Amino acid sequence: MYPREFDYVAPASLDEALGALGDDAKVMAGGMSLIPLMKMRLFSPAVVVDIGRLPGLDTVEEQNGDFTMGALVRHATTASHPLVAQSATALATAASLTGDVQVRNRGTTCGAVAHADLVADQPAAVLALGATMIAQSSGGTREIAASEFFVDALTSALEPDEILTSLRIPKHGPGEGSAYDKLGRRGGRSDYAIAGAAAWVKMDGVSVADARVALTGVGTKVSLANAMAEALIGTDGSEAAVKEASEKSSDDVTIIEDLYGSEEYKAHLASVYATRAVRQAIENVT
Amino acid sequence: MATTSVMGGDVRRREDPALIKGRGVYVDDLQPTGLLHVAFSRAPVGRAKIKSVDTSAASSMPGVVAVFTHDDVAELGPLVAQVPIGKLRPLLAAGEVNHVGEAIAMVVAENRYQAQDAADAIDVDYDILPAVIDLKEAKSDATKVHDELDSNVIHTWTYHGYWAALGLEDQTPQVDAAMERDDAVIVSIEMTNQRLIPVAIEPRSVMVEYNSGYERFTVHSATQVPHALAGAIATMFGMSPSDVRAIAPEVGGGFGAKLNVYNDEILAAFAAKKLGRPVKWTETRREAAGATIHGRGWIGTATLVGTKDGQFLGYKLEAIADMGAYSQNFTVAIPLLGLWVASGQYKMPVSWTVDCVVTNTMTTDAYRGAGRPEAIYYLERIIDAFAREIGMDPIEVRRKNFWQKDEFPATMGCGFSLDSGDYEAAIDKLIEVSGYEDLIRRRDEARAEGRQVGIGIGSYVEVCGFGPAVLAEIGFSWSNYGLPASFNGSGLVRVNPDASVTVVIGTGPTGQGHETTWAQIISDRLGIPWENVRVRHGDTQEHPMGIGTFGSRSISVDGAATYNAAEEIKVKAAKIAAHLLEAAPEDIVFEDGAAHVAGSPERSIEWTAIAKSAYQAHTLPEGVESGLEAHTAFSPGNATWPFGTHLALVEVDADTGDVEILEYYAVDDCGNRVNPMIVDGQIHGGITQGIGQALFEGAVYDSSGNLLTSSLLDYPLPTAADLPSFQLSHTVTPTDVNPMGVKGIGEAGTIGSAHTIVNAVVDALSPLGVKHIDMPLRPKRVWAAIQEASN
Repeated sequence: MYPREFDYVAPASLDEALGALGDDAKVMAGGMSLIPLMKMRLFSPAVVVDIGRLPGLDTVEEQNGDFTMGALVRHATTASHPLVAQSATALATAASLTGDVQVRNRGTTCGAVAHADLVADQPAAVLALGATMIAQSSGGTREIAASEFFVDALTSALEPDEILTSLRIPKHGPGEGSAYDKLGRRGGRSDYAIAGAAAWVKMDGVSVADARVALTGVGTKVSLANAMAEALIGTDGSEAAVKEASEKSSDDVTIIEDLYGSEEYKAHLASVYATRAVRQAIENVT
Repeated sequence: MATTSVMGGDVRRREDPALIKGRGVYVDDLQPTGLLHVAFSRAPVGRAKIKSVDTSAASSMPGVVAVFTHDDVAELGPLVAQVPIGKLRPLLAAGEVNHVGEAIAMVVAENRYQAQDAADAIDVDYDILPAVIDLKEAKSDATKVHDELDSNVIHTWTYHGYWAALGLEDQTPQVDAAMERDDAVIVSIEMTNQRLIPVAIEPRSVMVEYNSGYERFTVHSATQVPHALAGAIATMFGMSPSDVRAIAPEVGGGFGAKLNVYNDEILAAFAAKKLGRPVKWTETRREAAGATIHGRGWIGTATLVGTKDGQFLGYKLEAIADMGAYSQNFTVAIPLLGLWVASGQYKMPVSWTVDCVVTNTMTTDAYRGAGRPEAIYYLERIIDAFAREIGMDPIEVRRKNFWQKDEFPATMGCGFSLDSGDYEAAIDKLIEVSGYEDLIRRRDEARAEGRQVGIGIGSYVEVCGFGPAVLAEIGFSWSNYGLPASFNGSGLVRVNPDASVTVVIGTGPTGQGHETTWAQIISDRLGIPWENVRVRHGDTQEHPMGIGTFGSRSISVDGAATYNAAEEIKVKAAKIAAHLLEAAPEDIVFEDGAAHVAGSPERSIEWTAIAKSAYQAHTLPEGVESGLEAHTAFSPGNATWPFGTHLALVEVDADTGDVEILEYYAVDDCGNRVNPMIVDGQIHGGITQGIGQALFEGAVYDSSGNLLTSSLLDYPLPTAADLPSFQLSHTVTPTDVNPMGVKGIGEAGTIGSAHTIVNAVVDALSPLGVKHIDMPLRPKRVWAAIQEASN
């Protein structure tokens, strides 16, 4: 790999890291997305700020009814951590379906969120889970709702002087469950998503009291399928009901064609995977 | 005397410890003092006239030593090719570019980063022209790729017309007449066998040093063909190949892509000579995708005519094969390899026409299977469609038409003879190991539940073991590289004074395990422990003439030569042993690491004593010269023709089009096996690449010639996680073409598998009315086919 010349800094503290940021700097955690772009010279930051050695950012912690995940929590940890599996199933599943073993051992959940790739697994999961992004800069701390976070392809709401230091995710309460599923480029669930969906549901006895559905791989940005979620609320969550609601799954997105799917096919997959994710989320309700 | 535990044993690969521990030395690991690095400025457009190339900014950038463009290297001429039909590749673009990735300028700098920075700073002004990408459009000549050629169709191969000397019969009238019969059942499908990008773990890499005192090149390259590389460089620089030493150290995968000699290898030599310093270039993965040869790339209509009781009456293929913009090594000759297996395992007249067209894309050439996967794909897909049409089991229809065991050697209409075969035995074995009847029951039960489960059968014949001298007469000659024309195998075996053995071969591995396999052959012949046999390869200065590892040829051609060399050594060793034992040479028997007198095992002498004596004048019999080595060449009278039948059980998710391979069975027959574990490894790799073509891979150029699949992000390769466990079995039908009875196995898995998968998917979807889907069977295509069939 032959990237353009860049400065590399590996700060020892968060303050030092924040001080190194600027318009031409890029934060690197696991490097699984940044390094391929740099080696192809598609992206050439002047400074790479490697936050990989910062202390205290690699933990998953409970906090009241929520839990937080630090910027250095790797996909492998997210996939196997009991708290994530029970309290944010969609995110644990997304992590387990990301990349291969090497990628999961290096790549971070926060990094994948901040990268805002249209075909990644994590953005849909955090959207469906209603996560909050904690962004820090030298000026202080800012909270950004997941629904406000994904602005465009590879563009998040983070400012150049901010680091996504953690995610805060509400734990599943009684009647709540979530799930993630996708079709991968190499078939099954392997590789980047051709299309995928994350879902969170809150069941009130026999009906859907609340729901969030998010799609990946389908549209010009990773986004919530609000029309489908609204259509779900009040139904009994049966296969037929979810399927009917899923007809609205891509109402909120502008679908893009790529090598893996036409617009028609992606719209179809959106409804298939939104249905599968919601049905699984209902099954996962504890 | 054969110690069969070695020959035919699953000896562990001797190469692996070094490679697994990361201690293998590859070209890019080489860092001689004063090394310079190369980067290329490459065309971002598919077809254009070059108005200007401005290298001034690049030339003055830090670390830049030189920038070369076409005029600097024009005197060397275009890249030499074995089959110079079509347009040869200019070393650097000559006033025009004809595919994305074509090299325009070469930057040489103190380090690779500076070289790349400067290459990016070269400013090229283009007059963009419409690109020719679509094969039918290319054939129409509506737009010509090269003004100087009469047509985009640069060659046409026909079943009878390629070998004038043989006066082969044109069987087209027979096939056409069969179609006129009242009882004819005719099945015809247009199919694409898509363009693929070969992907080796190690990218191509070359490092050249020039000794100006002695005027010699030393070239290290990740190549399958060091002798051809030395010959090509010598030819282009007007030197003797003896003054070019080419070395292929560890090579991390080739698959045919490293069988070409490339312009970058010539250019690195040019720069090393011009600048008086060592020069290295290692391709990036993007360059590997766009500027190293591609494979396949056919569209064609296959037609099978037969009777409703399953008798084949004739087969016709009319296809167009994509050559890319420039012809390199064999380019135009690749479809000819397919032609030789056009009739597969079956007796029937064949009409076969393949037009070779130029397009504004990267050159195509040999990629694992090279012409044979394409040919077998069309044949076996249409046989499957025919069986479905007449409602006959796909195994039964094959059984009804193939050459019978007692008909070998069987001369085909293309003039070649199948050396040996027992196709029925392989199919019987497949039925047994797969539990075929049970699979059918399971498939039908799944169908009754509304699931889309299918069984695919795929047979193949391969032609390999390229060594017959006759090949040189029909175009597969190396003389354009300043080398002998034909494909001899060679082997030099030396028993050293300590009874260790050095085997020096003219062919080297790119992962096939020569160091292990050749040691087994020698150990088996001489009775010397295989651990004491060292195998050397890949250095044209040290090693005998040999063409290289490709076309599944090494074991059956060079392996056979080495086998014969061992036999020669035994003759001399017997004389020495007889002298020491005071016996007659004809009474000497070699066994268990020693020689003894027949019938008197107590009159025995160890190899260590024989070897030592061989190098001491006072212990040699009169008239016997010192030393114990033999060098033999081997030229087989025919190619070898491995065969087999594969079976896949798949399930399709009709909601998404996703294909899952549930089970995969392969019965392959490559004759005798020296190391069955290595054979199985080759089959695993081959099947994996065939499945890659069937389900995932495909090089895609858009209509203006942009390569949309220039990184592994957009060129999905199969991984172990995506595949079932392969159930491999074998039948053994030795060949008499070489003394070991071996046939070659490097490509068989690829040739047998892609159509097996497609046949299975079509079987799964046949209840819905699907008749064909073009590869790769990505979910979107499978889903679209289901939609189309149900509308």
